[in-house]
Amino acid sequence: MVDDAMAHTMRSADAEAAIWRALGDVMDPEIPVVSIVELGIVRGVRVADERCTITLTPTYSGCPATRVIEDDARVAASKVAPGTVEVHTALAPAWTTDWVAPEARARLAAFGIAPPARAGGGAIVTMHRRAIRCPQCGSVRTEELSRFGSTPCKAQYRCLDCREPFDYFKPH
Amino acid sequence: MKSLLFEYVLRLADNGLVLAQRLGEWVGKGPILEEDIASTNVGLDLLGQARLWLAYAAEVESSFAERGRTEDELAFFREEKDFRNLLLVEQPNGNYADTIARQYLFDQWHVLVLAELACSRDPRIAAIAAKAHKEARYHVERSSQWVIRLGDGTDVSHARMRDAVDGLWMYTGEMFTVDAVERPLIDAGIGADNEALAAPWQAAVRSTFAEATLDVPEDSWMQGSGGGGGKQGAHTEYLSRMLAEMQVLPRSYPQARW
Repeated sequence: MVDDAMAHTMRSADAEAAIWRALGDVMDPEIPVVSIVELGIVRGVRVADERCTITLTPTYSGCPATRVIEDDARVAASKVAPGTVEVHTALAPAWTTDWVAPEARARLAAFGIAPPARAGGGAIVTMHRRAIRCPQCGSVRTEELSRFGSTPCKAQYRCLDCREPFDYFKPH
Repeated sequence: MKSLLFEYVLRLADNGLVLAQRLGEWVGKGPILEEDIASTNVGLDLLGQARLWLAYAAEVESSFAERGRTEDELAFFREEKDFRNLLLVEQPNGNYADTIARQYLFDQWHVLVLAELACSRDPRIAAIAAKAHKEARYHVERSSQWVIRLGDGTDVSHARMRDAVDGLWMYTGEMFTVDAVERPLIDAGIGADNEALAAPWQAAVRSTFAEATLDVPEDSWMQGSGGGGGKQGAHTEYLSRMLAEMQVLPRSYPQARW
C-alpha cells in the first residue's frame, strides 16, 4: 500500500513537471519571445486523481491576451496531462513584473523591449525619472514619449543617442 | 447584507464600466496618437476591473435572488435608473481638458478608495481592489501630469482646464458621501469609508492644482450629495444616451456571439 501511494505521488509529480515544461513552451501572444511561465502568469500546477488544475493570474485587469493565454495553456497542458485539465484564475497576490524571470529579461531586451525596472511594493513608481536603457544601442540617454504603448504592459520611449523609438515594459 | 453587498459591488463596477465607455469614445479621435492610445488603455484597465466587479456582483446576486443575472446581463440589460455609478464619470468627454479633469478628479479618489478596499474583510473585494489599485496608481500619475501641463501651459490651455474643473466640481461631493447601503458595510469592515477620504483627496488635489496654477473652486451645492445621486440611480441626462449606444447591439441581437 505504501509503495502504491508513493508510486502515485511520483506519477503526479512527474505529470506536474511535464505540464510545467509544456507551459514553458507557451509564449505570450503579444510578446512571443517570453513564455507565460517566465512572465509569472502560471501560479501553480496540480495533478490529483487524473485531474490537472492550472492556476493562472491575469497581468493587467483588462489585458485582451488573458483569454488567449488561458486557451493556449489548456491546449498545451492537455497534450501531456494524464486526465482532464481545468484552468483557475487567482487574483491575489496581484501580478507584478518582479516575477518576470531573469533569462526572460535578457530576451525582452534582445527583442527590442526594455525590461522592467524593479517595481517593489507600496510606493508610487515614478518611472519617468529613472534611466531606462535603450535596447538597441545600450544608451541610458532616453526619454518617455508616452506612458502607454501597444499593449497595456508597455510604455513608449525613444533613445536620444541612436534616435530609435522603443517599447518599455512598465514596472507593475 | 447580501443585497447590500450586491449594491455596493455594483457601484464599484459601474464607475469603471461607464468611465471606460466614455474613454472608448476617444478611439480614433484623440488629440495626438499617443493620447488616443493612453486614454483607451486607461479605459481598458477600467473595463477589466469592471468585469471583475460585475462577475462578483453576479455571484453575490445569485446567492440571494431567485435568479441571479450574469456579468453581461448586468452590463447590457439594466436601465439607466439601475446604474449605480458616480455622476462625475458619466459626464460627456467635452474637449480634452474636460476629459482630463474628469479623469483626474476620479483617479485621485479611486486610488484612495481602492487602497482602503485592499484591506477589506471580504477577500474577493480585497483581491480585486489590490489588483486595480496598481493600475489606478499609474492612471493618477498620468492624469495629474496632464492637469499640470494644461493648467500651467498656454493661456488657452489654462482657461480650458480652469473651465473644465469649474464645470465638474459640483459632481465631486458625491464621492465623499455615505448612505444607508454603505454604512453597514463600512461598520462590518467590508466597504470603504468615503467620508474619511475627503481630507486626503482635497490635500492631493490642492497640491496638484497649485503646481498647475489652478484655483481650487469654492464648495457650493454638490450634486448627489443629498442622497439622490448616481449611486442611488438618479443620473444626469447624459447617461441614458451613452447607454443607448453601449447597449444597442446586445439588446437588438440578444443571442449575438463573437
